[in-house]
Amino acid sequence: MELFQANNIVKEYAGHVALSTVSISVKEASVFGLLGPNGAGKTTLIRIINQITAPDSGELFFDGRRLKAEDIYQIGYLPEERGLYKKMKVGEQALYLAQLKGMSKNDALKSLKYWFEKFEIQAWWGKKVEELSKGMAQKVQFITTVIHKPKLLIFDEPFTGFDPINTNLIKNEILELKKQGTTIIFSTHNMSSVEEICDHIALINQSKKILDGQIDEVKEKFKTNTFEVAYRGEAPDSHHRLGHEFSILEQVRTAHLNQMKIQFNNGQSNNELLKLLMNQFEIVSFKEIIPSMNEVFIHVVEQSNRENKL
Amino acid sequence: MNKSILILKREYLTRVKKKSFIIMTLLVPLMMAAMTILPVYLATLDDSEERTIAVYDPTSLILNKIESTEFTKFHYIPEQEYNELSKNFKSGKFYALLFIPTNILTTNQAELISDKQITFDIKNMISNRIESIIEGEKRQQVINETGVPDLEKKLAATRTRIKLNTIKLGEKGEAVKSSTEIAAAIGYASGILIYMFVFIYGTMVMKGVMEEKSSRIVEVIISSVKPFQLLFGKIIGIGLVGLTQIAIWIVLGLTITTGVAAYMGQGSAETAIQAQNIMSSSQAMEQMGAASPAKENMVLDIIQMIGNLNIPLIIFALFFYFIGGFLLYASLMGAIGSAVDSDEDAQQMMLPVTMPLILSIMILFAVAKNPEGSLAFWASMIPFTSPVTMMVRIPYGIPLWEMLLSMSILVATILGTIWVAGKIYRTGILMYGKKVTLKEIGKWLFYKN
Repeated sequence: MELFQANNIVKEYAGHVALSTVSISVKEASVFGLLGPNGAGKTTLIRIINQITAPDSGELFFDGRRLKAEDIYQIGYLPEERGLYKKMKVGEQALYLAQLKGMSKNDALKSLKYWFEKFEIQAWWGKKVEELSKGMAQKVQFITTVIHKPKLLIFDEPFTGFDPINTNLIKNEILELKKQGTTIIFSTHNMSSVEEICDHIALINQSKKILDGQIDEVKEKFKTNTFEVAYRGEAPDSHHRLGHEFSILEQVRTAHLNQMKIQFNNGQSNNELLKLLMNQFEIVSFKEIIPSMNEVFIHVVEQSNRENKL
Repeated sequence: MNKSILILKREYLTRVKKKSFIIMTLLVPLMMAAMTILPVYLATLDDSEERTIAVYDPTSLILNKIESTEFTKFHYIPEQEYNELSKNFKSGKFYALLFIPTNILTTNQAELISDKQITFDIKNMISNRIESIIEGEKRQQVINETGVPDLEKKLAATRTRIKLNTIKLGEKGEAVKSSTEIAAAIGYASGILIYMFVFIYGTMVMKGVMEEKSSRIVEVIISSVKPFQLLFGKIIGIGLVGLTQIAIWIVLGLTITTGVAAYMGQGSAETAIQAQNIMSSSQAMEQMGAASPAKENMVLDIIQMIGNLNIPLIIFALFFYFIGGFLLYASLMGAIGSAVDSDEDAQQMMLPVTMPLILSIMILFAVAKNPEGSLAFWASMIPFTSPVTMMVRIPYGIPLWEMLLSMSILVATILGTIWVAGKIYRTGILMYGKKVTLKEIGKWLFYKN
């Protein structure tokens, strides 16, 4: 079931189109990756979801009905441009932000205690924010984002400023929240983290959505039917020996092991290729090359930019 | 609305709890009190020192005519002692040596010798006393020469001092004692108070908005509350901080003044009058006339004249223009704070906004001089100058319709500026790294939500 849906969202700023008929739908208890280069319109879309700005046209649905003003209390948002009051104490500030999200003072205190213990940062409660390092402040911000147990969490570049250990900590928290049934929209440039935690992605470029789908579907769609084969023995030095159905893209020879990349030209099956190769030499390994999200991103965005120029 | 109160509370509490606020709030009245009390205290200190002045008077003109006061004594010495002292005067037994030359009636000069700098008070006192003695002596000579009977009395009768009582007719034509000076003083004080309050706390709103923008917390907050609620809560919260400060000042001021008054009441009346003299620097006047009764009359007059002013109206107007002026400028300053990224840009943008405020303080004097003039009228109608200038006019008494018109214009303008500020603020707080021009800001007004 969809927790959030945006249909045909259009937003213009004084002659500049930020979003043109973008639609996304986010399944409940899943992680939705919102991808795209800088200035593509991701932040605008996120601000529309948070009701910071309103779309010029289009419809927004939350939990099966129209998005309402009160729904902001069901949403937690960690913006890319984020910070805290520098002169204010950590605890007071976390409490204030939790109350702004509609929590009562007592509930907020209880929850904060739980999270501060979990992250082992109780000692910071009475410190001023300006005394914290950037990573420490980010932890506090993460807590204030999830404190009110929202149904929908929106993270915009959540890992900037974290060291690898804390990145891992936050990543695990996000996955844990998903397990508990929270729906998460996750916007980032970091494609390796997308592969690790997203179930579904949408890619926006120059205000348009150019790609949408389950992460494995997307990768499947962009695979080029290329295989990497490692073998011992004489290499097939010409196309004649493999026939026209396959082409060799690359060959590497070393003293012990030879490698090559082979691409299907038509829709042959893997076994056909294997049969053909088995007759020629001893196969050490055989695997299909599936594009990484990074490659998909670059490929799709560059293609779309070329098309837009034409 | 609930959220606005939460924001208001934070804005208020974080500022009121600040050390700088507490120190300023306590220090200012103490400093004011110190500035008032210290000269008085010092004056009493000075006067309690007993001094003896040696007098050598070969003319015998002033002999035994200068009366010693409580702390200043006169001791007459013979020629021989004078000769010794005048050669090598060391203060000790005597504070100073007064010499009256034989030709004083023609030269009008005498000498006061000391190895110290003679204090202003003593010099003044002695010269005043000699003056009146010599004057009397000369007058006696003239009387003797002319031989007109009772001339002295007749001359004395011609001495005149005019006191001009300014009388303002009340609504029913009854005479009301008024004072231009008092009206002006109250007007100035309230005008300047409003100016300072609006300036200081308006800037505080701007800084607060800039802090939220530059620390990047604003986007987190406006994902839970509407930008307008945030701005509104901030303006009201900071306004209350200002009102708190002023309330504390008033309470502390009254306490200190009452305390001082009680203390002074216990002290000798003479000291009090002398102290007042120093403060009002009307020394000469005081020493000429028989002081005390006139002084008491004056104080009574002042109290009566203040009573004749429309005090409730003035206080109402003070609060009204106080709050009105603050809301007007604070909303604009908040809008500026949202549009800029750096302090330098803020300074630049602030100038056109604060110009009318500065202008109103510049024309304050002219308005007070002629509160019925057209400058005064228009300045108190234009909402950007009215909070300061109208306060100067009100103690003089102005027609009701003028006041109502000025207030209505102010309220209407505030509603307008808050609307404009809200629009600018909404767009500005999320705009980073862009040098903003006024033209650009103009465009923001027409952005859809």
